[in-house]
Amino acid sequence: MPGTRMGEKALTCLLCLSALIIVGILLAVVGYIVYKGLAMINLDFIMQAPKRAGKEGGISSTIVGTLYLTVLSLAIATPLGVGTAIHLEEYAHKESYFAFLVKLTAETLAAIPSIMYGLFGFVFFVIYLKLGWSIWSGSLTLAIMVLPTITRTAQEAILSVPREYRENSLALGASKWQTIRKIVIPAAVPGIVTGIILSLGRAIGETAAVLLTAGTSLGMPLSPADPARSMSVHLYMLAMEGLSMERAFGTAFLIIILVLFINYLANRSMSLLSHSGG
Amino acid sequence: MNGIIGGEIIAAKQHNNLEGKSQFLQTGRWERGWGFLWKSKAEYISESLVEKLLMLSAVVSIMALLLISVFIFSRGVPLIAKVGLGDFLFSLEWRPTQGVFGIGAMFIGSLVLTLASLVWAVPLGLLTAVFMAEIAPPPLIRIMTCMVNLLAGIPSVVYGFFGLVIIVPLIRNYLGGTGMSVLAGAVILGIMILPTIINISQDAIQAVPREYKESSLALGASHYQTIGRLILPAASSGIITAVVLAMGRAIGETMAVVMVTGNAPIIPDNLLAPLRTMTSNIVLEMGYAAGDHQAALFATGAILFIFILLLNLVLNSIRRAGKRYAGN
Repeated sequence: MPGTRMGEKALTCLLCLSALIIVGILLAVVGYIVYKGLAMINLDFIMQAPKRAGKEGGISSTIVGTLYLTVLSLAIATPLGVGTAIHLEEYAHKESYFAFLVKLTAETLAAIPSIMYGLFGFVFFVIYLKLGWSIWSGSLTLAIMVLPTITRTAQEAILSVPREYRENSLALGASKWQTIRKIVIPAAVPGIVTGIILSLGRAIGETAAVLLTAGTSLGMPLSPADPARSMSVHLYMLAMEGLSMERAFGTAFLIIILVLFINYLANRSMSLLSHSGG
Repeated sequence: MNGIIGGEIIAAKQHNNLEGKSQFLQTGRWERGWGFLWKSKAEYISESLVEKLLMLSAVVSIMALLLISVFIFSRGVPLIAKVGLGDFLFSLEWRPTQGVFGIGAMFIGSLVLTLASLVWAVPLGLLTAVFMAEIAPPPLIRIMTCMVNLLAGIPSVVYGFFGLVIIVPLIRNYLGGTGMSVLAGAVILGIMILPTIINISQDAIQAVPREYKESSLALGASHYQTIGRLILPAASSGIITAVVLAMGRAIGETMAVVMVTGNAPIIPDNLLAPLRTMTSNIVLEMGYAAGDHQAALFATGAILFIFILLLNLVLNSIRRAGKRYAGN
């Protein structure tokens, strides 16, 4: 049946073509921003403070702001997420109502769009708790946002620790918490780290939630009580208000490079996971 | 009588547990009959303290979701009650400074933009997923997976920026108008939901049992006949899940959409007209809104929230149906 043959060939071409389009899109986005942004990057751009609302100068304060926000939010979310995962996998009854509720909550939290987190962070942290537009408000909001990711990856990592490890430890007379602390958690570290890296990427790129909770101040943030502008918020303001396209490209370039690096780290830690988990 | 039956059931359960998984680790209720495990009372206390602390961390996420719901609804619902749900949702008049709040145009804007992006991203994503699951050799799959993950990792503000400097001028120069349009939004939003569609439908396709495929091929069906008549139908619940998830992401997306769609609060009459989505409405006006205006933005958020919850319900019922189907 030559007709069918031809049809099959055409289908193969179509499938290859769609894959090519995907690759093309990625290369276009990354390539264009790297190409246009690279010219902007020098030490002054990274080290100098922004001047005249970002029209001139560098982006140092937004880099510090981003750093502050991501580190603080992960410092809040990691213990909570890992704690939740340990509770669900090691303590809670699998069929219990509570475990079901926690799972449902995590699913819902993961589905909520970031602008909703922004709204909530604004009304709860900024206004109700009187934290104002500050790194605290921004980090707490981001922490809730990345919590489902950290919980889920930690859960999977803990689940993949062989049961024999626990039984051996218990048989040697270790208590349950000792077993978890000295055996289960160390064995689950690659998975937990993967979750943290993925959340890091999300926290760096997040704009809507940060815009509404940490503010847009361009001053150098000194303490977590100060307002701050993250790099992504800066990119948004520069591009939307047409302040300085070169600086917008430079900022986008740095964000893309960070994301590429984080992606590479996530791949590394995931392959570590599959090797140790096997 | 009751007690004996109850006891028997418990014993049977315990027996089952011991046979399958160690009950010990599964239930986590060691204190019942396992008291000899603790060396001292102090150890018992510290152990149960840790358990309580871990439980508390699990409670935090439940509390967070509760607080989110309470704060957004308590700010938004009174205004919806004042304006009337029908008027708020379907009136096309949005003049917040004069106290007229109707998000009809934004409501329709969100739906239009979501559909427009799904229309091209679903077929393209699905074809790519079939390519990755059925055609590509393993090294190519690895590279493609990497690229799709990277596509998913690029923040929305960067996509928005890319749209603003590339897609919008392209549309302005070749198709006319200002370029800030439904089309620009649909292109960028489509790119952003592609990874979701590809990843989840690829997983679904790969989860189809090998035996199905082998039996079909053994019966003389060609590879593409097998894919079209057997693999895709068997993976359909996973593929629908992918589409619904992508829809949720598209409706909730904010920054990229704000940057390329022009944000005029009107119903777009063609692909080159600007539009405003519910999410854009919130982020654009939150900075200076006060009083009823601010409440109206929270009400917009509440409507969005209900939308997302409904999508989640749909998702759960698809998953359940998928499981039933697989069980049979």
